[in-house]
Amino acid sequence: MAEQNYDLVIIGAGPGGYVSAIRASQLGLKTLVIEKDQPGGVCGNWGCIPSKSLLHQAELFHDIKNLEYMGLHIDKSGFNYEKVQQKSRKAALKSGKGVSGLLKKNGIEYLTGDAVLSGPKEVTVDGKDKIRGKFILVAAGSSPRVIPGFEYDEEKVLSSTGILKLTALPKSLLILGAGAIGMEFAYVMNAFGVEVTIIEMMDHILPIEDAEVVKVVEAEFKKNGVKMLVSTKASNLEKTKDGITLDIESKDGKKDTLKAEKILVAVGRTPNSQGLGLESLGIKTEKGFIKVGDYYQTDIPGIFAIGDVIASPLLAHVASKEGEVAVEFMAGQAPREKRLDPDLIPGATYTEPGVGSFGPSEEKAKERGIAYEKYVFPYAGAGKTNSIEKPNGLVKILFNPKTKEIISGHVVGYQATELIHEILLAKKAELLPEDIATMVHAHPTISEAVMEAARGVEGWAIHV
Amino acid sequence: MAENVQMIALSPTMEEGTILKWSMQVGDSVSTGDVLCEVETDKASMEYESAQEGVLLSIIVPEGGGAKVGDVIAIIGESGEDISGLEAEAKSAKSAALAATAPETADKPVAVEAPNSQGASSTPATTRSSGGGSSPTSGSGKSSPLARKIAEEKGLDISQIPGSGPGGRVVKRDVETFSPTASTAGNQGVAVSSGAPMTFAPARTAGEDVEIPVAGKRAVIAKRLAESKFSAPHYYLKNSVEMDSLVAARNMVNKEVPSKVSFNAFIMKMVAEALKRYPQVNAGWFGDKIVQFGSIDIGLAVDLGNGLITPIVRNVGNKGVVQIDSELKVLIEKVGNGSLKPDEYTAATFSISNLGSFGVEEFTAIINPPGSAILALGEVKKTPVFDENGELKAANLMKMTLSCDHRVIDGAMGGKFLSELKKTIENPVRVLF
Repeated sequence: MAEQNYDLVIIGAGPGGYVSAIRASQLGLKTLVIEKDQPGGVCGNWGCIPSKSLLHQAELFHDIKNLEYMGLHIDKSGFNYEKVQQKSRKAALKSGKGVSGLLKKNGIEYLTGDAVLSGPKEVTVDGKDKIRGKFILVAAGSSPRVIPGFEYDEEKVLSSTGILKLTALPKSLLILGAGAIGMEFAYVMNAFGVEVTIIEMMDHILPIEDAEVVKVVEAEFKKNGVKMLVSTKASNLEKTKDGITLDIESKDGKKDTLKAEKILVAVGRTPNSQGLGLESLGIKTEKGFIKVGDYYQTDIPGIFAIGDVIASPLLAHVASKEGEVAVEFMAGQAPREKRLDPDLIPGATYTEPGVGSFGPSEEKAKERGIAYEKYVFPYAGAGKTNSIEKPNGLVKILFNPKTKEIISGHVVGYQATELIHEILLAKKAELLPEDIATMVHAHPTISEAVMEAARGVEGWAIHV
Repeated sequence: MAENVQMIALSPTMEEGTILKWSMQVGDSVSTGDVLCEVETDKASMEYESAQEGVLLSIIVPEGGGAKVGDVIAIIGESGEDISGLEAEAKSAKSAALAATAPETADKPVAVEAPNSQGASSTPATTRSSGGGSSPTSGSGKSSPLARKIAEEKGLDISQIPGSGPGGRVVKRDVETFSPTASTAGNQGVAVSSGAPMTFAPARTAGEDVEIPVAGKRAVIAKRLAESKFSAPHYYLKNSVEMDSLVAARNMVNKEVPSKVSFNAFIMKMVAEALKRYPQVNAGWFGDKIVQFGSIDIGLAVDLGNGLITPIVRNVGNKGVVQIDSELKVLIEKVGNGSLKPDEYTAATFSISNLGSFGVEEFTAIINPPGSAILALGEVKKTPVFDENGELKAANLMKMTLSCDHRVIDGAMGGKFLSELKKTIENPVRVLF
């Protein structure tokens, strides 16, 4: 390495690290990114990107049966899941190459190695190379959470990473945790014919989503044959010769033992804050998450942390945005916000039907004591959904009864993860439902459902 | 490339200024050092010399308009350049700031324009008949629909609210944190009927309150004096001094010189002599250290009619009364025509305030930092006193009150200094000691 001095040294090349690096380069900071694995991080390699490839292929496969009315009977005997998996790896590879290309294009130096903070302005790579940075940004990400008794062997007990590596489908799969990750793999596996059972401790699947919205997903999953056990605790996991058994107990005390070939444990993620040398510098963590203040500064001046290593929603787009805020602050740009407003962060679940949402669910709004009213417009009211046979879905808007300010938006149904952004833009720009309601939307589109929901808030939805 | 011309701090304490006059017009070419405009700062009016070169393309803050330090007041670039973007940005940022500070805008009846523009708003008929309706089309200021709605609910005129959103747009938090003070003052009755927050219920018939927006000099005076009074522990020492000898000395001097030396010049000289003997009083508090100043720089509080200012005669200890007086005359003339420069009124090591001409017998003054003491002088008054033989006689007495910062000057030290000053005034020959 020729250069040992940088304006900014970033640990991690995931969506937090690489986006920060590009933003830093745009603002004239001489930047180095250190990654111990692959450019793109978990998102690009073992998360968002390959899983979306699987989801897309699962959807295609699932839709085969929708061709039968045309007289098409597709011979599935040649089906080879290995091909599916390979295609998802190609997507990941492409994503990683894309990241590398962007870094290169922006003149950012990239180094593969294990980075440890060895001083307030110093990082040591692989225990030997010392690199100085006026600023250091920790974007080390997270790993699947391990719970005692459910340690991953990636053979029978799979993490989200392990399941992406499977080249053959199991006959049956238990999924522990019905969050976005669990639900997405449930969709994929079910679509390819795996017998799927989801076990969730909370009282509904996608526990952080709005209950009314979740019902739509639940109904569809049920129709597809996914078993969903909510308010159910898993206790004892045993490995058997040909699979696993899992003891479960429902809220009303009913016990049962489930059998399957494999189990996917998707109960959240743990920050990668170990082994970074945080303690030696006096950087505090809380439950493993690095403590940060405004502009994502740690307790040590010049050291920042963003993304999954801090206690904010563990989402790629959150990490990227946090990185932008931190880097703009370093560059003296006075970013508009000191921290992201959690109510302005969209969440997305890429099942079919999918869910896109931001801000408090109706239950959360009640819990927080927010005065709200709601309007819910069914997908079926938008002509397009009937043409394409995707009528199951709804657009739900919570709003302030006095000012009509949008409090939160929840969309469930086909392409919900895209539709949510119109409502979010309105919220962010402080537009009122009236602005969406009076904007002409192309016909026929699913976006008309968003317009109609906004009209509903104003009291004059047409197609209901 | 067109560039913004920003208001700069023309004095060390200046936070905002008012453009008195534009010396250049749009289209004029500007070289570095050219006077662009005259600016009334907190203390004086100053010439704004351009640090930029080019053609004056746009004047953002008109004559009489106020601008905070850092606000864009004009745009300089090459002729024919498109500056609409810069202009819009500067104007929207400025319109808000101006509204909050410039008294002129406060006098405009905002209520007149609001009901008209309300018709343009998409919100159907509101019952509010006066006061700020939403006015999305008024002025160049942009605002979010939600901000307009909330402003309407609160009865605020959105055009009066500074915007902090993208491109200077007024957003929700601006409306929620906005407090209508100067900007709604002067609208007779509007603030009341529009439902804007009131601090008390008016229940009187004698007359309307007159609200005077605090800006410029008044704001600086308020800030500096409050800082001094609330941070420096003041104590006060008083004595009376016989002025007859000084009056005699002054008469003698004035016979010798072409123009009369003022009383204040004599007092300054006496103070400087006493300070030379007690340099501990010619000192300042700097938190972790006390600095005994090398130079005796005495400020004299002068009334401006709409504020006060303390022009400073530097290094008084090394000057005679004639020189002190001639410098004082120049300074006071500059005060009169507003051309006093910051280095002529900043950083007095000791100050004098004389209210004798108003018949004030005695008073206490607030210390003018960085100095740690100020001398308050009352009127010179013929008073019966006992002489050294116990005989009653008439003497010209003046009461002096010394305010001291106890962090720097202890009571005994203050007492010694004041005693020395008294002795010197009563026996001017002591300056020869």
